[in-house]
Amino acid sequence: MAQPPDLLEVRDVAKSYGAVRALVSADLTVSPGEIHALLGANGAGKSTLVKILSGALRPDSGTIAVAGREVRFSSPVDARRAGIAPVFQDPALVPHLSVADNFTLTGTDRAAVRPWLDRLELDVDLAERVNALPLALLRMLDLARALAHDPQLLLLDEMTAALPSDYADRVFAVMREWRDRGRSVLFISHRLTEVREICDRATVLRDGRAVDTHRTAEGSEARIVGAMLGERAARVDLPMAERGPAAVPGARPRLEVEELVAGRRLKGVSLSVAPGEVLGVVSLEGQGEDDLFLALAGDLRPKSGRVLVEGTPVRGRHPIQAIRRGITLVPSDRQHAVLPQRSIRENLALPLYSSMRSWGWISDRAERRAVDKAVEELEIDMRAAGQAKQLSGGNQQKLTIGRWLVGGYDVMLCFDPTRGIDVGTKHQIYRLLRQQAAEGRSVLMFTSELREVRIVCDRVVVLHDGRIVAEMPAAEADEERLLHAMHDLGPHDLGPHELGPHDLEPREAS
Amino acid sequence: MTVLDAPRQQGSPLRRIPAAMLALLGVLLALILANGLVDTGFFSLGQLRNTLLIAAPLALFAGAQTLCMLTGGIDLSVTMTATAVAYVVGSRAASGDSAFTAIALGFLVALVIGLVNGLAIGVFGVNPLIMTLGMAAIITGVLTVGSQSFLGGATRMPQIVLDLGRGTFLGPLPWNLLVWAVLGVGLVLLLRRTGLGRLVYAVGDNRRAARLAGVQVWRVETAVYVIAALLAAVAGILVGGRSGAVDLQLTASYLLPSVAAAVIGGTSILGGAGGYGGTVLGALILTVLDTMLTRLAVDESLRQLVAGAILLALAWVYVSSTRRGATRRRSSA
Repeated sequence: MAQPPDLLEVRDVAKSYGAVRALVSADLTVSPGEIHALLGANGAGKSTLVKILSGALRPDSGTIAVAGREVRFSSPVDARRAGIAPVFQDPALVPHLSVADNFTLTGTDRAAVRPWLDRLELDVDLAERVNALPLALLRMLDLARALAHDPQLLLLDEMTAALPSDYADRVFAVMREWRDRGRSVLFISHRLTEVREICDRATVLRDGRAVDTHRTAEGSEARIVGAMLGERAARVDLPMAERGPAAVPGARPRLEVEELVAGRRLKGVSLSVAPGEVLGVVSLEGQGEDDLFLALAGDLRPKSGRVLVEGTPVRGRHPIQAIRRGITLVPSDRQHAVLPQRSIRENLALPLYSSMRSWGWISDRAERRAVDKAVEELEIDMRAAGQAKQLSGGNQQKLTIGRWLVGGYDVMLCFDPTRGIDVGTKHQIYRLLRQQAAEGRSVLMFTSELREVRIVCDRVVVLHDGRIVAEMPAAEADEERLLHAMHDLGPHDLGPHELGPHDLEPREAS
Repeated sequence: MTVLDAPRQQGSPLRRIPAAMLALLGVLLALILANGLVDTGFFSLGQLRNTLLIAAPLALFAGAQTLCMLTGGIDLSVTMTATAVAYVVGSRAASGDSAFTAIALGFLVALVIGLVNGLAIGVFGVNPLIMTLGMAAIITGVLTVGSQSFLGGATRMPQIVLDLGRGTFLGPLPWNLLVWAVLGVGLVLLLRRTGLGRLVYAVGDNRRAARLAGVQVWRVETAVYVIAALLAAVAGILVGGRSGAVDLQLTASYLLPSVAAAVIGGTSILGGAGGYGGTVLGALILTVLDTMLTRLAVDESLRQLVAGAILLALAWVYVSSTRRGATRRRSSA
């Protein structure tokens, strides 16, 4: 059968960062009128390939052809000219400019954006400054902007991660429409159900190679996970039975929060976490969840309310005061946790020196022992031990958790600890959290991936509009019930998830 | 004590030295050889002594600068701090105080300057560039007024300061070299082997991460600017001892080279990467280069041009070598 040339043809592309080979041999073809998924565990080379395709990086070897013609991108502008428009998880918008100015900056015709804004049902004042808008909305604006350039290939890199479901549905609708116009989409996502439902074909990368390309169908998830994990596949399934003993009922709570009000969004939350318990927190974006975690971590001063550890209040205006009482934070954004230019060892050992008493001589042996233990426990990839920025997202996340295994803690606040990382690492983190709980520590975990509640948590609370609106044992927390509670719907009203007024409120005052 | 207990790593000692350091060493050796060709007298003991005599204070100033730059800051008041200290020591000694009292008072002045810098930057969040530039201006003003009133009259350096500044031991070795060596080793150990050193890098690399990990950033910054001021004080005493007299321009010529030496040595002006070893090489390169250009009787403007060109060339080398390394840091604005 005579076929038109593939829209995108990537052949044998390789890229190394120093000694680390991010891509060994990547192959990928995208046909016209196709939604193609690009999948892979963290460190498989996905982000590297995306950066190459969007013109941000140059490959060491291999060829890329667009519509049959070989191309060499030396900048993102080249990629756009060739008809590839990327949309990233972090929107590429200048925060201090208005939305309209941002469009002008990228030479985007406002008349061309309009229909897409309507199509995506985005009711936004273009004169608004970018940093006054919520992140989810910015991603949608970024998508509208990319569409306005009428690219041959739309490159969506994790753009639906942590996107409210109504937004995500609109993105999917636009993707299908794009395909029907004979254009193509390269879709990168960790959510395999999404991938199966919307994509025509999927290519899986593992250890820098394309290991599988297939037409998606019912049951593709298992094949994809198998390909992503290779021989590691055997141990990914984490049955509920593997969990440690549940929290001791009736035990005195370790962490108690009483009517905590903080930041702009948190309007009064009370909760308690027992020793050995993992308490889940779920919510739509912007319901005060980040204020809650920052206030508990001592980074944000509460306006009122109390936080108690073992019955005595935690005071102070600096995270060190919370840390001294055993409360530690694994922040949502790894850029708030990793020291990019420092070694794995220095990253992990950081909490050992935060107190002025430990400003003196470093005990090499003690430090090495503590760090080696964390590296072993978390199976941190030590190939790029010299600079944390060379690590994959999953390994960076391990550093930010491992730091507290080194520093010690009683209550770990984990904010979406598995966001944007691969299935294998996710399961490792689930196991670790359960194991920590089994050893008697407490965990408070926010998650945007609802199924994690039943895998990791003992109990879950649902946050809506700065307050807790529901609480249930994890065993009863199926995704439907959680979604229901997250939207604060009445008991029988399980309609379509409309966009609430809170979703369009500014995310942060600045 | 396990002072000499270097971090154990695989590979020969030579392989542990980063390529950039070897390149700097190469540049330095080439310059020394070129100097020897230009002026055969360069290898004479007298010349060697002169070179080291100039290098020591520069290396101390650059050490102070390195420390501040590693936290993402800068200290543009180091040279005025040094001048103030020299003034205090000189005038106190002239008015009959013992050398010890005079020097102690000098260090006290530096301590106050460092504390004010550090607290303003660390607690009140004043931009380091603005704060230390302002501090330098204030010191200049105070010294200008003071030299007509409370610091007025003759300045006379105590004998021990004169010895430290220009004396030698074991033949050509200047005493100031010894002072520098001791403080330099101390600074390297501080950065590599102490908790404070770790925090200096952590704060410069990612302030937010450091804070969330429990680091009280203001304390680290205060400590850093105090140490910088104290190093500047030592440099001021050495320069004052070498010249024997004090005036407002005593150390002015060291300010830009102190930043340049740190940058040439590979310390990132954004913080978080670099170290004192590179800075020492940077200071030596600048000194040898300056000696050579002086020998050649090159015009001052051309000398500056050559120094600037070298700085830019090295900056380019660093930028292109770090760009290869994975993702670039996004601004946290």
